[in-house]
Amino acid sequence: MNDTVAGCNAQPFLEGWFTLDAERPQLLGNRCVACGTVYFPKLKSGYCRNPDCDGERFEETPLSRSGALWSYSNAAYQPPEPYAQVDKDAFRPFAIAAVELDKEKMIVLGAVVAGVGVEQLKVGMTMELKLGALADGKLTWMWAPAGAQA
Amino acid sequence: MSTTRDIAILGAGMHPWGKWGRNFVEYGVVAARAALADAGVPWRDVQFVSGAATIRNGYPGQVAGATFAQALGWQGAQVNTSYAACASGSQALAAARAKILAGECEVALVIGSDTTPKGFLKPQPGDRPDDPDWVRFRIGITNPTYFALYARRRMAMYGDTLADFAAVKVKNAEHGLSNPNARYRKAFKADEVAASPIVADPLRLMDICATSDGAAALIVSSLAYASRIGKANAPRVAAVSTVTPSFASALVEMPDIATDSAIAAPAQSFRAALPRKAYEQAGIGPEDVSVAEVYDLSTALELDWMEDLQLCARGEAAHLLRAGETRIGGRIPVNPSGGLACFGEAVPAQALAQVCELTWQLRGQAGARQVADAKVGITANQGLFGHGSSVIVKR
Ligand SMILES: [Zn+2]
Repeated sequence: MNDTVAGCNAQPFLEGWFTLDAERPQLLGNRCVACGTVYFPKLKSGYCRNPDCDGERFEETPLSRSGALWSYSNAAYQPPEPYAQVDKDAFRPFAIAAVELDKEKMIVLGAVVAGVGVEQLKVGMTMELKLGALADGKLTWMWAPAGAQA
Repeated sequence: MSTTRDIAILGAGMHPWGKWGRNFVEYGVVAARAALADAGVPWRDVQFVSGAATIRNGYPGQVAGATFAQALGWQGAQVNTSYAACASGSQALAAARAKILAGECEVALVIGSDTTPKGFLKPQPGDRPDDPDWVRFRIGITNPTYFALYARRRMAMYGDTLADFAAVKVKNAEHGLSNPNARYRKAFKADEVAASPIVADPLRLMDICATSDGAAALIVSSLAYASRIGKANAPRVAAVSTVTPSFASALVEMPDIATDSAIAAPAQSFRAALPRKAYEQAGIGPEDVSVAEVYDLSTALELDWMEDLQLCARGEAAHLLRAGETRIGGRIPVNPSGGLACFGEAVPAQALAQVCELTWQLRGQAGARQVADAKVGITANQGLFGHGSSVIVKR
């Protein structure tokens, strides 16, 4: 993991999935105008998946920046590609969080920022969205305990 | 009323699970011939071949029904192939059941077989942001992550412990010890599970199931045909549930990175919906169940399934486990075959292997792993793309 998160050359690993605000990034979903269902990743089919809704209009919506930790785990071994690879000896296990967003009523997965291991996590604690760099320098969204130093 | 919707299981057969490195068709023929012999039905009398498909064995795997029919010798049977990931076998069984109940055939072969690929399963190369599989691997989320998240959630909500998860492995290892079709037949101890490396906290290597080669087959028929050949008392398939999930999803399912939003529709558990439909079809309740075969992709997942099957209240599965109630000899034995812990997953065969085990249990032919006086058995499994199944077998 790279600590220089907001370096001016840093590019997101996907365009349009999250904002690049170094302090207060947000995931970008879309929302069915008819029933209010939020989609992350953005629903691209153009047809709402709520079986009782025939909505076909969607507007981009940023997701809540924080939520309750629903559960967590870690990657004890380096995940295979397309996860950006480092030398086997250089790999450090990283935590993974499932965070429940109250307003959107959904759970979103993400890696946890470097330096925060599973022993520092507890189900129910408040997590907030941060940016972090993958091994190839590309930015992704990451979860961090609320109020922790990013 | 339910009686008229039942079909008979005349024969069950398997090719032992393992890592044999041969063509999946070979395993399938072995399982089919074993099932035919068990049923006492000549191959030429089979009027419908219902194959469970697998994408990873290429074209022959995708046309499994015809592939096995040819390998056994074309004899003009009607044919069908079903693909539903881990539930492929159950969908193939459902197709045979529908055909029999519609009066379009009397005897059917239902069959699934798999050869696992060499090496680690991973997504195709190239940037594919519209593929959820690509996205989740890109940010480091692998298959065990999902099972680990469910397991940790149990620990936080219900007080389940690592010792409980290890106890599931130890129990299933004991069950599978004498099963000639199981791949792993070793009496693992709790300290061996605890000493295995952490893969995805809190799960260790021995909490997570492997993938295997294997094949399973059933000969099923109308009740009238079963009576005619003197098998009126054969175990019966009373329900095959293959429902889809209902929007909105309550759990993050592989390979997704988020659940549905439950703003406009309530969050619903897919796993719980599968047996609910099976009980409704069979007119049988969870209190009637004598034995269950559930998809223990992880040790902790077996505990989730017990609650989804309503064998106990939500959060109480570990209590039953600790009291020994889910062991053979307990009140409600779970995975007497040894489960995926002893088999490893052979995707298109696994759901049928569960039904084979229940067939032998209900006939009283399960040997050292026999559940005393088993009358009603239920299976449950869940796989990718919103596929899952639950089958009820009774006598
Ligand atoms: Zn809608």
